[in-house]
Amino acid sequence: MAAELQALAPLDVARIREDFPILARAIRGKPLVYLDSGASAQRPKAVIDAMSGYYERHHANVHRGVHTLSQEATDLFEGAREKVRRFLNAASTREIVFVRGTTEAINLVAQSWGRSRLKPGDEIVITWLEHHANIVPWQMACEQTGAVLKIVPIDRRGVVDHEAYLSMLGPRTKLAAFSHVSNALGTVLPVREMVAAARERGIVTLIDGAQAVPHQAVDVREIGCDFYAFSGHKLFGPTGIGVLYGREAVLAAMPPWQGGGDMILTVSFSGTTYNELPYRFEAGTPDIAGAIGLGAAIDYVDSLGLERIAAWEHELLDYATRRLSAVPGLEIVGTAPDKASLVSFTIEGVHPHDLGTILDAEGIAIRTGHHCAMPVMEFFDLPATARASFAFYNTREEIDVLAAALVRAREMLG
Amino acid sequence: MDLADLYRDVIVDHNRNPRNFGRLEHPSRAADGHNPLCGDRLHLELVLDGGRVADVRFDGKGCAISTASASLMTEAIKGKTLPEVEQLFGTVHDMLTRRDAPVPPELGKLAALSGVREFPARVKCASLCWHTLNAALAGDSAPVKTE
Repeated sequence: MAAELQALAPLDVARIREDFPILARAIRGKPLVYLDSGASAQRPKAVIDAMSGYYERHHANVHRGVHTLSQEATDLFEGAREKVRRFLNAASTREIVFVRGTTEAINLVAQSWGRSRLKPGDEIVITWLEHHANIVPWQMACEQTGAVLKIVPIDRRGVVDHEAYLSMLGPRTKLAAFSHVSNALGTVLPVREMVAAARERGIVTLIDGAQAVPHQAVDVREIGCDFYAFSGHKLFGPTGIGVLYGREAVLAAMPPWQGGGDMILTVSFSGTTYNELPYRFEAGTPDIAGAIGLGAAIDYVDSLGLERIAAWEHELLDYATRRLSAVPGLEIVGTAPDKASLVSFTIEGVHPHDLGTILDAEGIAIRTGHHCAMPVMEFFDLPATARASFAFYNTREEIDVLAAALVRAREMLG
Repeated sequence: MDLADLYRDVIVDHNRNPRNFGRLEHPSRAADGHNPLCGDRLHLELVLDGGRVADVRFDGKGCAISTASASLMTEAIKGKTLPEVEQLFGTVHDMLTRRDAPVPPELGKLAALSGVREFPARVKCASLCWHTLNAALAGDSAPVKTE
């Protein structure tokens, strides 16, 4: 694998940065150093152009009229669905449901699959490092059905205890739901092994892929999961659009969760028949421009190549880990051997919130807070951390700027 | 919007060495404040005697702005009557939120917090202790939240 990565021509990061108009911005008189792609990535011009081009030339409602514009909009929208299918290597576009984002995807599964399948005493297994979006929907489903939520522990490095996971998959376990990559710590979970263990026991699996898809190629059939969720805006696409992949056999057996237009075949007061997959789960006019923008983002990422992206980001992660470790008083939170490109940290004597303000004055954008993963913060007994997250458009020089600013912040407040 | 205007020497000093930090033996009023955005938690205790703040302490975990603001507040309100405290709350609130308002000289050391108004995301950090104080004086037992 390593030899393979080295054989690839490296990314031309300076040229790639020109594709992202916002990266040329100055913040408080300093060049923007954007290290918050884990919260939301920036968009290349190709995505912005695809969306404005759609609005300027092709917009009409989809799956409706016989007129030319409606047909063009439908072709673009369904073309985006095919791009997503290829991106995930799903078997069919019937398995690709457009939603608002990862959060809505998980809520859809919790409300449709969960409420129709879960009985009192049934168990849902999640891990300690989940984002709130992969905790709260299951808590709600448990309240509604009497099912019980089980939490797999993590260790001080932020690695999920695999033995504990296996032992928690019991006869009452109906679903295992876990992140592909932890947003707060960067841990990459061994999803293939975790899915295989669940499937052997007939347990349905859902993967929160929000932090994984921007950094590595994902093949849902190779992983073998039943559901995979991700958001467009973390993949250099627009906000407000995301994807739920669902294995066709599982999706086909699920009841609709929202009713309305587009999700029906016929409606009468004596009864309604529902549309086929995936439209049964897409009630109402969808985010057409969002889907088209997401398709353009996938084309863009494909043009760079996810293998080359992963290789560059691993270099950035290694470099950042080395540089930040040398900052006096800095402690990295999350030290799993397999990590994606983010570094969570604390600095002795400097609260993360102050750090966020001090770095902003230098044009540096990082995330500070609990990262919507309060149980992770509780585990490490921290109110908050600072998090620098990287994308393929980031450079070593930007990490140098960050490290120098962190030293100054400690001198100022520590 | 100069960083040095936010983290003035007084703020840095009160963050490093907060005054009136800890708990009282027999508080007559107490309240908790919480800023969920940054995880700040503040516990405030008061002794009221004859309509005056006879003693006050706070503890908790917070950023430099919230810690320094709480420390400065405890110094400012000790010995004041309740109407005086109420008036001070209004003056501080105006200083934190009205960018064009002059900073009244009677604020004394509290004026060090006037730089906060140039950083809208940080106003809640500075005002958390004052809202918690209000809750303690009103006798509310529910924790104060800034969100």
